Amino acid sequence: MLLSSPADVAARLGATGYLSDDALATVTYLALRMQRPLLLEGEPGTGKTALAEAIAESLELPLVRLQCYEGIDATQALYDWDFPRQILHLRALEAAGGGQDGQGVEEAEKSLYDARFLLARPVLRALQESPAVLLVDEVDRADDEFEAFLLEVLSTYQVSIPELGTVRASTPPIVVLTSNRTRELHDALKRRCLYHWIDHPGLEREVEILRSRAPEVSETLRRQVVELVQLLRGRDDLQKPPGVAETLDWARALHHLGTADIDLATASVTLGALVKYREDADRVRHALDQVLRA
Amino acid sequence: MSERHADEILLAFARALRAAGVPVTHDRAQGFLAAAAVLGVGDQRATYLAGRATLCAGPDDLERYDQVFHAFFNARDGLPRSRPAHPAAPFAGLPLEETTGTGESQDEEVLRALASETEVLRQRDVASLSAAEKHRLAGMFATLRPRPPVRRTARHHAWRRGEVDASRTLRASLRRMGEPAEIAWRRRGVRPRRVVLLVDVSGSMSGYADALLRLAHRFTQVGRESGGVVETFTVGTRLTHLTRAMRVRDPERALVAAGETVPDWSGGTRLGETLRIFLDRWGQRGLARGAVVVVFSDGWERGDPTLLGEQMARLRRVAHRVVWVNPHRGKDGYEPVQQGVVAALPHCDDFVAGHSLATFAELAEVVSRA
Repeated sequence: MLLSSPADVAARLGATGYLSDDALATVTYLALRMQRPLLLEGEPGTGKTALAEAIAESLELPLVRLQCYEGIDATQALYDWDFPRQILHLRALEAAGGGQDGQGVEEAEKSLYDARFLLARPVLRALQESPAVLLVDEVDRADDEFEAFLLEVLSTYQVSIPELGTVRASTPPIVVLTSNRTRELHDALKRRCLYHWIDHPGLEREVEILRSRAPEVSETLRRQVVELVQLLRGRDDLQKPPGVAETLDWARALHHLGTADIDLATASVTLGALVKYREDADRVRHALDQVLRA
Repeated sequence: MSERHADEILLAFARALRAAGVPVTHDRAQGFLAAAAVLGVGDQRATYLAGRATLCAGPDDLERYDQVFHAFFNARDGLPRSRPAHPAAPFAGLPLEETTGTGESQDEEVLRALASETEVLRQRDVASLSAAEKHRLAGMFATLRPRPPVRRTARHHAWRRGEVDASRTLRASLRRMGEPAEIAWRRRGVRPRRVVLLVDVSGSMSGYADALLRLAHRFTQVGRESGGVVETFTVGTRLTHLTRAMRVRDPERALVAAGETVPDWSGGTRLGETLRIFLDRWGQRGLARGAVVVVFSDGWERGDPTLLGEQMARLRRVAHRVVWVNPHRGKDGYEPVQQGVVAALPHCDDFVAGHSLATFAELAEVVSRA
C-alpha cells in the first residue's frame, strides 16, 4: 500500500468507482501516511461510508465495520465469550471423566478461556486481521463513554483481554470514523483524527459519479436527473435535501421504468426514491411541475 | 525557504487561527506541521488542505479557517476577529459593589426585611429589577436544582425481578462447573434525557436574557453532575450554539463567554427561520430527538408566523416534549395573541410562565417530570 501522492490515492479510489476531489484525496493520503484515524462529517448520503469501502477495495484490505448505536458497549465492539459453547465444552469434559484431581480442574478452567471461545467483535477483529480498514460508522450515535473507550483503542491500537493477554495490531488498521453531527464529539477524539467535511458534489462531479456508479443509465437521463437534483438542493424549504445516494436511487428507478426523458408523470411516481417526507414530496412535485413544463 | 523558517510561518498561522476563535491546541498545531511536511511545504493548496484536516473540527471552524487562511497568506489585513468590538451584552452593566440587601439602612428589622425581601425577589419580574437587585438575584440562582428528566435505555441492569438475564445466569452456572444455578434477572436502566434550551435573545426579550442564560447555566451544570446533557442555543436573527460557553463552571465567566459567542444580542426575531436552521442542522439529525426542548420566547415574530407554526410542528414530531416559556404569561391580563404564539401554541406540550425565579423553579419541575 505504498501510495506516493494524493493524486495516486484519487486514481486508486477512482478505479473502484469512488470519485474524490483533491481535498478528500489529500486528507485520505495524509491519514494513510500519518497513520491517523480519519473523521468524516457531512450531510447524509454524501458518501462517507462509501469512502471507507473504496479505500478497502482499492488497497485490497478487508473492511471491518462497526455500526454504532445508543447503548453500544465494549462487549459489542471488542469481544465477548461464547457462554453456551463454554458450557457445552465443560459438559463434554465432564462426560470424558476429566476434572478428578486438582490439576484437571485447573486445566479445564484454562481450556474454557481459549481463543476458540472468544467472539471477536469488530474492533478486535480489525486488530487481528490488520492490515485492515476499520469503519466506525455513525460514531455520534454512541454514548460519551463509548467514545472514551474508542479513544483508548485508537491511541494504542491494542486491546487487553484479562484471560488471554494483549492483542496488538502488527500494523495499525486504517480507521475511518463517520458522524452525522447529531451531537458534538469530544475534542479529545477529534484531536486524534484528521477531519474532513464532505459536501454535496457539484453538477459535473455528480454526473461523473452517476456515470461510474450507475453506468446502465443513459447519458441524457443522467444529466437530466442531476440537474433536477441540484436544483432541488438549491431550494431551502426541503426538510431533507436529496443526497448522492438518493440521486443514484432515482436514476436507477427511472432507468428500470425505461424512461428516456423525464416527464412529470414518471417523476412523480418515482419521487419516493428521492425524497422521504410527505411535505417535501409535495414541494418537489410542485417544483418539478414548474421546471418540466417550462 | 528553509524548513525551520517554514515551520515558523505555519505556527504563526496556527496562532492567527486561534486568535480568530478556532480552538487550536498545541498538538493540533504539531499535527498541522507534520501534515504539511508530508505534503511538502511551499505548495499553498497543499498547506491549505493540511490545515483543514488537522486544525478544524467542525463546519463552523471551516468557514473561519478559510477566511483566516486567505487573509494570512494572500492579503495581510482584515483578519476576522473572534469578538465583535463591543458585544452589547445585556449583563455588562452589573455593579460589582457588595450589596447585602439593605445597604446603609439602620433599621433593626434588617434581618427580617432581608428574608422577606428574598422571597419578594423570587416573585419579582426579572426585567423590572434594578442593577443591585439583579446582582442579588444572580446569587440566588444557585438555589435552583433542575433535575434532568429520565428515559429508559436499551441496556439492562441486574435487578431482583424483571426478565431473565440469560448470559448472567449462564455465567453463574459456569462458575459452578456447569451446574444449573440461581436464575439472574435484569431490567432496563434509566438515563438522563437530553434537554435542549432555545433562548430568544431578540430586543423584546433583552430584559430577560441575563436571567435566562443564568437559568440555562444552572440546567447545564446540574445536568452535568448527574451525567445528563443539556444543549443551549440562542435564537434571534441567527442561531448560535452556546453549549460550550454554558459548560464553564463559574456563572459570571460563563455569561461573559456567552456574550462573546452570540453576535445578535437584542436584534430582531426571525423565530421560524432560526428554528428551521436549528432543525436542519442539529435537531432532526438527533440533537432534539427524544429530547425535552424548551423554547424561551415572547413570540414576537417578525417573520412569517406560518413558517414558525410549521417548524414547531416539525420540532414536536422529533422531540419527546416541547415546552414553551413565555415571560409575559404570568402577568395579569396576558392573552396569547401575538402571531408567533398563536402559531406555535398548538404544537407545544406545555405553555408556562418564566419571568421570575419562582416561575423558573416551576419550569425546572415541569422539565424534570417530562
